[in-house]
Amino acid sequence: MPLVKNARIITDLFVHVADGVELAGDGAILVTAERFLADPEALLRRAGKVGVIWPNNRDLDGLVPYLDRLAVVALVFPTFRDGRAYSQARLLRERHGYDGELRATGQILRDQFVFMTRAGFDAFEVKKDADADAFADTMKRYSVFYQPTGDGRVTALHRRQQLRHSESAEQ
Amino acid sequence: MTSPLEQKKIKITGPSMVTANRTWDGAVVYRTGQKGWSTELRDAAIVRTSDDARALLAEGVADDVGAIGAYIAPVELKEGGKIGPGNLREQIRSEGVTIDISVPA
Amino acid sequence: MYAYDELDRTLINERVSEFRDQVKRRLSGELTEDEFKILRLQNGVYLQLHAYMFRVAIPYGTLSSKQMRRFAHVARRYDRDYGHFTTRQNIQFNWIKLSELPDALADLAEVGIHAMQTSGNNMRNVTSDQWAGVAPGEIEDPRIWSELIRQHTTLHPEFSFLPRKFKIAITASEHDRAAIKIHDIGLRLHKNADGETGFEVLVGGGLGRTPFIAKTIKPFVPGRDILSYIEAILRVYNQYGRRDNIYKARIKILVHELGIEKFSKEVDEEWRLMGDVGLTLDHTAIEEVRSRFSYPAYEKLPHMPDELKQAAHDPLFERWRKNSVFPHKVQGYSIVVLSLKPVGGPPGDASADQMDAIADLADRYSFGEIRVGHEQNLALPHVAKRDLPALFKTLDRLGLATPNVNLVTDIIACPGLDYCSLANARSIPIAQELTRRFANHDTASLIGRLHINISGCINACGHHHVGHIGILGVEKNGEEFYQITIGGRADENAQMGTLIGPAVPYAEVADVIEDIVEAYLALRDRPEELFVDAVKRLGVEPFKERVYATR
Repeated sequence: MPLVKNARIITDLFVHVADGVELAGDGAILVTAERFLADPEALLRRAGKVGVIWPNNRDLDGLVPYLDRLAVVALVFPTFRDGRAYSQARLLRERHGYDGELRATGQILRDQFVFMTRAGFDAFEVKKDADADAFADTMKRYSVFYQPTGDGRVTALHRRQQLRHSESAEQ
Repeated sequence: MTSPLEQKKIKITGPSMVTANRTWDGAVVYRTGQKGWSTELRDAAIVRTSDDARALLAEGVADDVGAIGAYIAPVELKEGGKIGPGNLREQIRSEGVTIDISVPA
Repeated sequence: MYAYDELDRTLINERVSEFRDQVKRRLSGELTEDEFKILRLQNGVYLQLHAYMFRVAIPYGTLSSKQMRRFAHVARRYDRDYGHFTTRQNIQFNWIKLSELPDALADLAEVGIHAMQTSGNNMRNVTSDQWAGVAPGEIEDPRIWSELIRQHTTLHPEFSFLPRKFKIAITASEHDRAAIKIHDIGLRLHKNADGETGFEVLVGGGLGRTPFIAKTIKPFVPGRDILSYIEAILRVYNQYGRRDNIYKARIKILVHELGIEKFSKEVDEEWRLMGDVGLTLDHTAIEEVRSRFSYPAYEKLPHMPDELKQAAHDPLFERWRKNSVFPHKVQGYSIVVLSLKPVGGPPGDASADQMDAIADLADRYSFGEIRVGHEQNLALPHVAKRDLPALFKTLDRLGLATPNVNLVTDIIACPGLDYCSLANARSIPIAQELTRRFANHDTASLIGRLHINISGCINACGHHHVGHIGILGVEKNGEEFYQITIGGRADENAQMGTLIGPAVPYAEVADVIEDIVEAYLALRDRPEELFVDAVKRLGVEPFKERVYATR
């Protein structure tokens, strides 16, 4: 499964470690929320980077105290019709100020890339190679956005007001 | 509509066929005995046992590019082997709406 | 009329390109049907019994003549020469090919029409009073707010994969023509004690298998805060709405299970934490949208022009005028409702030729503007009274002057088993038979206002729960049966109807309805007492006794 980050296909340096499997070495790891919360300090003391896979039905409050020490938060889309992680992503970015890697994992198709990027995701475990290859093109699908989100894209309303402002300045 | 998965449990009680809608235009189609689809009910493969019905359904479901929403439906075998729809829903699907759709011009 | 600007048009075109790519991937097999289904639903494409069905949005029910002509074009070029207007200010085409859909969308996009979010688990078309901007006594034009909310919820990055569909309706009149109490969010525009404009916000209404009347969650939210408040509701719903069972996924179930107090607390807490996230609508933002609604340059016209006085001698004209012509906020003008319920016709259908003709009439008599209402009728919103006689003649010729607006034959009906893959029973032929039974206008007038609503299954697209008489198709041992309720209503006093007795077979429905109406005529205490008021006063029993005594 290809990983897209910053609009490019990259090698995933994080190893998904299943619950109960012993940690080997100091490499970067992704662990489940359960495993992480069992002993967060022990995991965070390791030399290697730590990321947590956070389920979409678990309150973010349990994760928030550790955000500045996590390298990755992976949010889950069990099916692509289940949109709970979009809200979690925006809350992490816009309310809790998380600025590490925010990874979308699960059933990810190209048709969610724009939504996900706008919600704050910057890394994507993409299901199909063709979709990963199409990432950059897909992100060009839209140039107009109605909603302000934390991604900083200028909204249609804002552009209209700027336009009006510049028109009145010219007169 | 009963999903193919749920229909796995279903036992047919009479002669049946497998029907779906053609992907590119949505037209009503019937699974034939030659591993294809036809828009004519008379071309439908008729199955009489639950095992055969499930096998024909599995074959239809597998052709996801060709047709969608495949399911097992009853047929009525008339004299001379002529095939007719087995319920009102299938009658409407094969013969069209029961109403006059021409609105005044 | 609302004029899309360059940005709105660009977005619509970008959506068409995206959908074209999605269709291409589906037809090549790159996308499975399971994957594609959600994508097509997000753009209004269903699979029905005979073909794909394509649902196109008519935001807040306002349509230009140019857009109407484009519907006629789509009906002719890609469909079978007709379209069906729905209860939520959409039009549906029943026979469209998937392979041609991107072209149909592109043709519609040229006139600013789209199908974004007309189905799927997202924010649906934001509907409004079909007489918005022309109804006397309105607080202000609710479409400005509908448009602000439409924009905010179009391709929303957080709320495009909600637990279930989500519908908002807005009214700004005392009399609710938008059925806000049966919506996920209902908004009633009003002014508070300080004269500030804002909304009473209702939440959790809906029909379907678990009908609920919406409850007030906040009596007043200032207009400038409405987007952030809606955002808070949606965020609570997106996170906590049930996803384990499709029949329990609507917000009404969440509101019901939590209770309105607890739900309201959750929303308030989210709203407080949200703080200022750029959603506050300042004056210029509201004016920006307001400025793109244009209003006709009305003439100063007499209240009672000579043309009207003369035409008063024509009984057919008078009959139509009294039934289908409604007061306008500007003197000398009227709102004219075009009945899409001819005797024996499918409710809400219009032919391509009718659409073209209506567009011509709109240009000639209504400043190029047409409205679509939830009763599945159309309206010309700005007709000079002097033009009414001439307009009547043309409408009559087109089959659009049936004087049955709000009467027993003005039936709301879903497509039913003739088209719909979810239906258990047919709706349209029942409606057609009823219009024949009550075809006599004098009888219909004598009966007075009476709304019959018909749904072909429990999903309630025909709003049967809130019909004065509601008819619900069910299946019993492979046969079509119909449950009948009375006493429902969809207006500001919205309530669900009550079952009158056991379900009856297809062939008996019209007889039973006739018996119910006869019972009403015998039971009402005076001719002015409407059917629905008589049911309220007497309860169901006296009706049941009369109707079922002989059965």
